[in-house]
Amino acid sequence: MIKLAQSLGTRTLDTMATAGRAGRLLMQSILRLPRFKDVYLTYVQLYSIGVQSLLIIAVSGLFIGMVLGLQGYTTLVKFGAESALGPLVALSIVRELGPVVAALLFAGRAGSALTAEIGLMKATEQLASMEMMAVNPVHRIIAPRFFAGIIAMPLLAAIFSAIAIIGGSLVGVNWLGVDSGGFWSAMQGAVDWENDVINGIIKSGVFGFFVTWIAVFRGYDCVPTSEGISRSTTQTVVHSSLAILALDFLLTTLMFGDIV
Amino acid sequence: MTDTPLIQIENMTYHRGERAIFNGLNLTIMAGKTTAIMGPSGTGKTTLLKLIGAQLKPDGGRVLFHGEDIHKMPQKELYNARQKMGMLFQSGALFSDLSVFDNVAFPLREHTNLPRSIIRTIVLMKLNAVGLRGARDLMPSELSGGMGRRVALARAVALDPEMVMYDEPFTGQDPISMGVLMKLINTLNKSLKLTSVVVSHDVAEVTSIADYCYVLAQGKVMAEGTPEELNQNSSETVSQFMQGSPDGPVPFHFPADDYMADLQESVKR
Repeated sequence: MIKLAQSLGTRTLDTMATAGRAGRLLMQSILRLPRFKDVYLTYVQLYSIGVQSLLIIAVSGLFIGMVLGLQGYTTLVKFGAESALGPLVALSIVRELGPVVAALLFAGRAGSALTAEIGLMKATEQLASMEMMAVNPVHRIIAPRFFAGIIAMPLLAAIFSAIAIIGGSLVGVNWLGVDSGGFWSAMQGAVDWENDVINGIIKSGVFGFFVTWIAVFRGYDCVPTSEGISRSTTQTVVHSSLAILALDFLLTTLMFGDIV
Repeated sequence: MTDTPLIQIENMTYHRGERAIFNGLNLTIMAGKTTAIMGPSGTGKTTLLKLIGAQLKPDGGRVLFHGEDIHKMPQKELYNARQKMGMLFQSGALFSDLSVFDNVAFPLREHTNLPRSIIRTIVLMKLNAVGLRGARDLMPSELSGGMGRRVALARAVALDPEMVMYDEPFTGQDPISMGVLMKLINTLNKSLKLTSVVVSHDVAEVTSIADYCYVLAQGKVMAEGTPEELNQNSSETVSQFMQGSPDGPVPFHFPADDYMADLQESVKR
């Protein structure tokens, strides 16, 4: 019994200490005056975090849109409501699937890469050598990656949503024969810019913030061994995915809760 | 050469977990001299360099750089102090995503506003000093261990520091690379009037370039003096280390339970 309490206490203290270190890293990354060099460093990271994630985002978006179009059609056609396919696809994607699935893919593709890269830099003493050269690794390595992640995530989610809607129309309109004019005009009428599109962008921005924060922190805080890096990379994907799903519920409640 | 102390370590203690790495360490590094810090593996030589560079914080005592406690400096002051220190890491610690040229240019680009042409000139001069001007476009993954360490040395002296700390510079080097590195360290010291701290357990090599030596064991300075004085030292610990004898006061084994009792435990299981 005492051992159980002891281990519970130790774990709680460890969790609190980890949260404290993560908070400190976040503050050190964002609370400082930006320099001109930071813009270039962020731009470079935008390429590796954002542009290089485009393929998986685009392909996944296309297939998810196509599946949604097919499933939506088979259900709606039973009630003769296939003209509602456009709003169904667009609202599901813009409000939920776009931000959430894009963020999950982003955590798997870019988040894990960030953790492994920073962890390996730690293990090979690159971060320590930077510190000895009087260059703060938090400013030089962490901050540009952090800002690039926050910028890239909403853009990737927007691209994901656009391609998914095209995928839905390919199946619904081009393959299953839903009227093209009805599909697009019903979608235009149902999707509200502020309530749906902007809220979706806000969601993906929040997901981007948390996924990148978790990824850079896990890399910076990892045990600098091959096993430690592997564990941190796994933790990034697991913790980010759980955070995305929990935050999605919270944000959906805040954004759309009053509709119920 | 001057007799001004650059680094003074006073009664420093440092623990890793329960184990005391340093237990009241006192040591002085004179400006303009090459100081060797020797000792068996696991005596905390690399840890000592990290404590001097304030990457680690001691549990007690203090480390003075130019008479100021380096662990009590605010971050800006600490970073100013670090610009006066160069460090050659055991692994080289080159940035794997930057070329040899960009690695050496890194501290110059971060800390100066020099025009590109001047930075290029300085980098080429530093690379020429280590014999790798022709390798400027290679990536670190394309370099041998010895070449990587020479690039790291060029990077460590890019800002013309007052002091360079060398962490096991000769470990794992072939005789030619070792000779080249020794010559380089010697030449750089003399021409740039550097203060050098060389951490190593390669006794013959390090004593050939050092002005003053410290031998660490069991968390303390076991002996100190010029290389000649150490060679003539009658202490068993020092002569065991200097001559590389397996038997002596410095144990080969990490502290453990009785060997026979440990083996008998396997039979019981």
